[in-house]
Amino acid sequence: MPFIPHTEDDVREMLAAIGVAEIEQLFDEIPPGLKVSALAGVPAALGEMEIQRLMRERAALDAGHLNFIGAGAYEHHIPAAVWEITTRGEFYSAYTPYQAEASQGTLQLIYEYQSMMAALTGMDVSNASLYDGASAMAEAALMAVRANRASKSGRILVPATVNPAYRRVASSIAGGQGLAFELVPYCADTGTTLPEALRRWDDEDVTALVIQQPNFFGGYEDVAALTDWARAKGALVIAVVNPVSLALLTPPGEWGEGGADIACGEGQPLGVPLSSGGPYFGFLACRSPLVRQMPGRIVGRTVDLDGRAGFALTLQAREQHIRRSKATSNICTNQGLMVTAATIYMSLLGAEGLARVAAACVRNSAELVGQLASIEGVRRAFSGPFFHESVLQLDRPVGPLLEALAKRGILGGYDLSHDFPELGNALLVCATETRTATDIETYFQALNDVLRQARVALRPASLA
Amino acid sequence: MSNIPVELKYTRTHEWLRKEADGSVTVGISDHAQDALGDLVFVETPEAGRSVKAGEACAVVESVKAASDIYSPIDGEIIAANDALGSQPELLNTDPYGEGWIMKIRPAAEPETSALLDANAYAATLEE
Repeated sequence: MPFIPHTEDDVREMLAAIGVAEIEQLFDEIPPGLKVSALAGVPAALGEMEIQRLMRERAALDAGHLNFIGAGAYEHHIPAAVWEITTRGEFYSAYTPYQAEASQGTLQLIYEYQSMMAALTGMDVSNASLYDGASAMAEAALMAVRANRASKSGRILVPATVNPAYRRVASSIAGGQGLAFELVPYCADTGTTLPEALRRWDDEDVTALVIQQPNFFGGYEDVAALTDWARAKGALVIAVVNPVSLALLTPPGEWGEGGADIACGEGQPLGVPLSSGGPYFGFLACRSPLVRQMPGRIVGRTVDLDGRAGFALTLQAREQHIRRSKATSNICTNQGLMVTAATIYMSLLGAEGLARVAAACVRNSAELVGQLASIEGVRRAFSGPFFHESVLQLDRPVGPLLEALAKRGILGGYDLSHDFPELGNALLVCATETRTATDIETYFQALNDVLRQARVALRPASLA
Repeated sequence: MSNIPVELKYTRTHEWLRKEADGSVTVGISDHAQDALGDLVFVETPEAGRSVKAGEACAVVESVKAASDIYSPIDGEIIAANDALGSQPELLNTDPYGEGWIMKIRPAAEPETSALLDANAYAATLEE
């Protein structure tokens, strides 16, 4: 029997008690124009046997490739212990349990997670996670508007070097709530946001500035100069950061003179597999004065009546079960399992291990980009250092080349032509610590071959 | 029985008002309200300069068990907020009619005050 708490008799009895004939009548106040009668494109239900087979077939399509795609989700080595421990019965839940304080182990794990994220970002306090990096950025923007009461415009400056998917999600989530996202152009030579690009807002009211480090192209923004510009004019600074990179880079809390106010990003690199795009988790951390504007759960450490250390949900008055529609967000802890994995991952690696992973990423991506850019018809789009990915420009359309590489078992990178048409035939390539010298050599040879074949195929017959 | 000073006016939502000599109105929450909320841990005060309508939520008080909106009892403009509450929210518990005041409002030309209660009428609402 499925878990359905009310029988048909129960439902009939309840409806009779309130004098309503059908459940649908309870929703009469919703205007008909807002109701969806049927969901187009949703196929008929499948049985367990059929769905297992379908999912196995789909999973197989993702398996067995040599992956050089980054663009927001990164393939890292995950120690076997991470998911062995995460999937133990004691941890195996997506949520904080009801009567959370009865589950001290879960609360301690979240508390340790928050402590590690706060240390990594240089912030005072972290929440217990959000859906993903994109929704974390949207929540950070909403938070900034609530917190920066001196600013009336709701204007959030977002550099074009911020992940374009994050920009779209932020507009979807927060655009309808009076926030205005304005795009800051990037420098065509460096692929970064020059402080000069902000000058056009010198005399404008700005609520917050978003800075992604490393940026979507893999390059390093001048975070100190950008942060100082924003703080000098009373705008808050929202840092979008890669958690692995923070093992080497200056944490957002120490950017410029005053540091960023909010740090957020995608937590997937910390022990969560790519798994065809999710589930992942977003992290969000901030300075103490902003904590009441931060959405989501926060676990605090306290002492019980006998003076023993214990853990409790704290600052719950911000949350939906207390403040209802006036809560800071509808966020709870539904990515709890991913956070469990991330906490165990960070615990196993430690600060030194994470720094070694980050250093290997820098080394391998430099090797990859150096080799690929030596191929005829391939060059780097931007000058300057990069973390674990960078942009290449090719002498022909990227799409067909990626298809040819996929046939050789190589996922060659992220095609930028849709999000950044001004870059021409541009490809974002990534190498983490998981790409060996042989992997890179394999890609180098394959791209060389594929480009040569494309050239031959296009050569006029008379010259062949 | 909670303390309900007779010289003040009250609202059904537990705010109190005091007319000052300069024509402004000071607003806080009643002794009954602070007692019901419990230990207050945070107060979000409104910004000076903001104009408010009677019944409009313009401050938030947060206790260990709830967060509640504070409504403006009259139409007018916020001219001051009690900044001391930022670091000492407990003033609302210890001195709700004095140091624990929340905001001062300059009433609009013709403030609508007919909905306000005197001490006896407010005490009666607490009996209900």
